[in-house]
Amino acid sequence: MSEPSLEIIDLSFAYPDGRQALRNVDLHVHHGERVALLGPNGAGKTTLLLHLNGILRPASGEVRVAGLVVSDDSVLEIRRRVGLVFQDPDDQLFMPTVGQDVAFGPANFGLDGEELEARVAEALGAVSMLGARERAPHHLSYGERRRVAIATVLAVRPEILVLDEPTSNLDPASRRELIDVLRRLPITQLVVTHDLPFALELCPRAVVLDEGLVVAGDTTVEILTDELLMKAHRLELPYRFDPREQASS
Amino acid sequence: MLYRHGTTPVHQLPAQVKVVALLVFVLAVVVLPPEAFWAYFLAGCLLVGVMILAELPAGFVARRLLVEVPILIFALMLPFFGRGETTEVLGLTLSVEGLWGAWTIMAKATLGLGASIIVSATTTVPDLLRGLDRIRVPRVITAIAGFMVRYLDIVAGEFSRRRLAMVARGYEPRWFWQSGPLAQSAGSLFIRSFERGERVHQAMVARGFAGRMPVFGDRPATTREWWIGLAVPLVAVLLALLSVTVLG
Repeated sequence: MSEPSLEIIDLSFAYPDGRQALRNVDLHVHHGERVALLGPNGAGKTTLLLHLNGILRPASGEVRVAGLVVSDDSVLEIRRRVGLVFQDPDDQLFMPTVGQDVAFGPANFGLDGEELEARVAEALGAVSMLGARERAPHHLSYGERRRVAIATVLAVRPEILVLDEPTSNLDPASRRELIDVLRRLPITQLVVTHDLPFALELCPRAVVLDEGLVVAGDTTVEILTDELLMKAHRLELPYRFDPREQASS
Repeated sequence: MLYRHGTTPVHQLPAQVKVVALLVFVLAVVVLPPEAFWAYFLAGCLLVGVMILAELPAGFVARRLLVEVPILIFALMLPFFGRGETTEVLGLTLSVEGLWGAWTIMAKATLGLGASIIVSATTTVPDLLRGLDRIRVPRVITAIAGFMVRYLDIVAGEFSRRRLAMVARGYEPRWFWQSGPLAQSAGSLFIRSFERGERVHQAMVARGFAGRMPVFGDRPATTREWWIGLAVPLVAVLLALLSVTVLG
């Protein structure tokens, strides 16, 4: 099999206050795969994401992105390979215009001139936001800001797209548009979410993290239908939601 | 905010030209001697000409000019409190020095403000920041200004949501001594903004930020644009030189 997009090997991490956030985490995501990372609040999901591009460094273990180990020397290239989309788009969009914000990443990695322009257009096009190029981020709707936030990361052409709670605070129509956009993107995706129907629709495979441990990894349908597992890790489906029925439809 | 959309030649001039032109114009106005009424008049005519060219309606400019009212009130008090030689106007005893002071403050403030209204109404904030970059204003300063513009709305929104939450629980501040809870919430707002700053920084680092803000869509101004933009302030400089030599 080819080199996995993301390979986490025996990763452990404790915060300076001594709280053990991750314990011996193993995770593989293959090229082109979409994987959901599920788990209750405080399970260590965000901590894990911050390891993926070297903002946090493991106490022990290793993170590899397309074969490259995260280290001081590789961190800039790692940040190009891993596109991290943060939960609050207002944290992600900080430039005066949408176009400049999307250009921020590729410009940091050395692109300029027409090449940069083309890259910005390509990324905004991929999330259907080409028309917003000259607009100010704070004038966009929340759903539009979320999609632009994804474009800012796509513009770097990452190996893997990592999304933290992409459907939070979205109205149902914006959520639907987001799902359509994500399904169209031919790129490896790791999605942290509490929105289980969303995970089922987008990701064939899911991993459950709780108290810093990987407690399950299977197809999303299998995980969502394992009632004992779901209950033990504070996961809950919407009222009368049947994953099997949804998956087969 | 301050920008008024348009496609006039004034709008299209590069921001750095407008910023330099504004600076030169204001300096020229500052050195005008008080007695050179004709020079003030001509400088005012120049500004009105540019405003017409930029298609700025008189009412729009007049409303913006209101910010100088506090300064004008201060200036109008000078003739009453000035010392030295006095004169009688409509039965009031006024200080001559104070009258001159009031006149120059009013005239210079209005001209300077008029010129900055033109620049701010014809230049978008992103363009203005790029222009400042061009004339070598330190990148740190322009980046801070950019972040401020970007996050002002968000912080103000957070503050008004908190106030609303307080009002919803029966807090109806009317007097100064009731402002305690609002002040305390301003403190925690500061902490939250600080934390947001950290998250924004993480998002920047995640996209390869290594301490230097990139500049986009930037083009140098042509010599022709510099001449066009500096034409008005250079006439003002000429007026200043003339009036100083004539009256000096």
